[in-house]
Amino acid sequence: MPDSQISIEDTRHVATLARLSLDESKLQKFTGQLQNILKYVDKIRQLDTAGVEPMAHALPLQNVLREDVVEPSLTVEEVLQNAPETDGPFFKVPKIIGGDEDSAG
Amino acid sequence: MSISSLAFDTLLAARDAIRDRKISSVELTQQALARIEALEPRILAFNSLYADRALAQAKAVDEGERTGSLAGVPIAIKDNLCTRYGTTTCSSKMLANFRAPYDATVVKMLEAAGAVIVGKTNLDEFAMGSSTENSAFKTTRNPWDTSRVPGGSSGGSAAALAAGMCCASLGSDTGGSIRQPAALCGLVGLKPTYGRVSRYGLVAFASSLDQIGPFGWTVADAALLLNVISGHDPKDSTSVPTAVPDYLASLDQPVKGLRIGIAKEFELTAGMDPQVKAAVDTAIALYKSMGATIVDVSLPHTEYGIAAYYVIAPCEASSNLARYDGVHFGHRTKEPVENIIELFSKSRAEGFGEEVQRRIMIGTYALSSGYYDAYYVRALQAKTLIKRDFDQAFEKCDAILCPTTPTPAFKAGEKTGDPLQMYLCDVFTVTCNIAGIAGLSMPCGFTNGDQPLPIGMQLLGPTFSEEKLLRIARMYESATDWNTRRPKLEPV
Repeated sequence: MPDSQISIEDTRHVATLARLSLDESKLQKFTGQLQNILKYVDKIRQLDTAGVEPMAHALPLQNVLREDVVEPSLTVEEVLQNAPETDGPFFKVPKIIGGDEDSAG
Repeated sequence: MSISSLAFDTLLAARDAIRDRKISSVELTQQALARIEALEPRILAFNSLYADRALAQAKAVDEGERTGSLAGVPIAIKDNLCTRYGTTTCSSKMLANFRAPYDATVVKMLEAAGAVIVGKTNLDEFAMGSSTENSAFKTTRNPWDTSRVPGGSSGGSAAALAAGMCCASLGSDTGGSIRQPAALCGLVGLKPTYGRVSRYGLVAFASSLDQIGPFGWTVADAALLLNVISGHDPKDSTSVPTAVPDYLASLDQPVKGLRIGIAKEFELTAGMDPQVKAAVDTAIALYKSMGATIVDVSLPHTEYGIAAYYVIAPCEASSNLARYDGVHFGHRTKEPVENIIELFSKSRAEGFGEEVQRRIMIGTYALSSGYYDAYYVRALQAKTLIKRDFDQAFEKCDAILCPTTPTPAFKAGEKTGDPLQMYLCDVFTVTCNIAGIAGLSMPCGFTNGDQPLPIGMQLLGPTFSEEKLLRIARMYESATDWNTRRPKLEPV
């Protein structure tokens, strides 16, 4: 069973997984709050769930398929209209892997 | 200085008055815009206004170019519904300048029915909260007492209607975000059955729980708006093809042999305001006097509702909000970054407010290696048990009656220090979303004192029971006059 004692290192690890760059004071604050919230949420671990199926959706939904035909969709301009940075028909980001500086794009 | 009220402030009355040429849509829209201009500095309900566009839509109705069951009526929508026109911000810095490339299905349906959209309303950031205090822009005020919150997350939609700035509004409800602000603002608010209304174009928070629904002054207004927004949408695979009845047609037919369920688990809640309890008890007595049978039912897993909700909703949120990466749309950091991960992490830390970050952290923790079974799977098992409780209870009754919230509207700032205390306010509303059933809140009284605050009661019904649920609500409404009261508001 997991231990609901949360250390600041646990919080730091979760922030990394969540892609949130948090400063030390925020990490400290969240550590205490997550501790409290998880302590409350631990209630559900007292439930007797033997033989109980987990339910993802309250309605008996099934996957919905349609014919594989082309339908109208957004234009490239519409798709890019909110992008912070673009280059022609592309989203532009800083370089992802090592290389010379000029290849960043 | 005082400001005149709308000549017709309910949806149905306004719709009929425009149709019968007692008032033009332009006149009524101008009245709504004048009230917004005068009262918005006190209420802070709107993120964006559509004044010119609304007047053009109204003119088109008056000239007969736009028709439909909502023709000409000023309506406000929550700012997490995508619109091609203007911005869709979710009250987040992350989306402060976001311009959606498409309209939400419900927005298209409103406009096809002739509605005049006056603007988009404030919410807790990404609909996470119960007071609008988590908005990155402002805290909306409760028109009944502007030192208090309107509830949330759809607090802007509730306050705009309660302040007479529109005749109806749309919100979204993931754990009570329509019903709780309806209760705190003295309105009728309905969370439809999961799948009744298309979620296409509703910015996702927790996809298995989110549902769009109406706010109105009256049960009939909620019914009319539900008529317009319900139905299957090929663009939302979780919307269902179940036929949509005319919710207005049968509204005034009392339910014969009505059985109202009272769940003892809803009575044991600590922190219950005695005036709320008294108002709900009086409502139960009124149903009894109308011939209803009051039935004791049991929902034994209610006490696990909030715990299950605050696992499921943050887990889904952490996944849904992963899309905000500073690359495709939304805020991007201006700080120098070494690599793409740093770009993601800094953009997200700057763009998301604290509550959103907190929920992403809870969800990421609960879904991380070693904890998945202990939290997420457990919460989904609790969901099975909560749904089973309701199924069994609804074999014995037509609807379950309980308070919507343990207390009337609280003061701004009163609960912001402790996130868990804020979460615990959702005790009566979250299980409805977990089980996917229908829930409605309506006014059932006011507190005593110089500044009376509305009290709300909740009626919960089985999946796709909206027609009957609205009739049950209408029975109570027709025997009371709470929905005729209006807050007294003066401009600043």
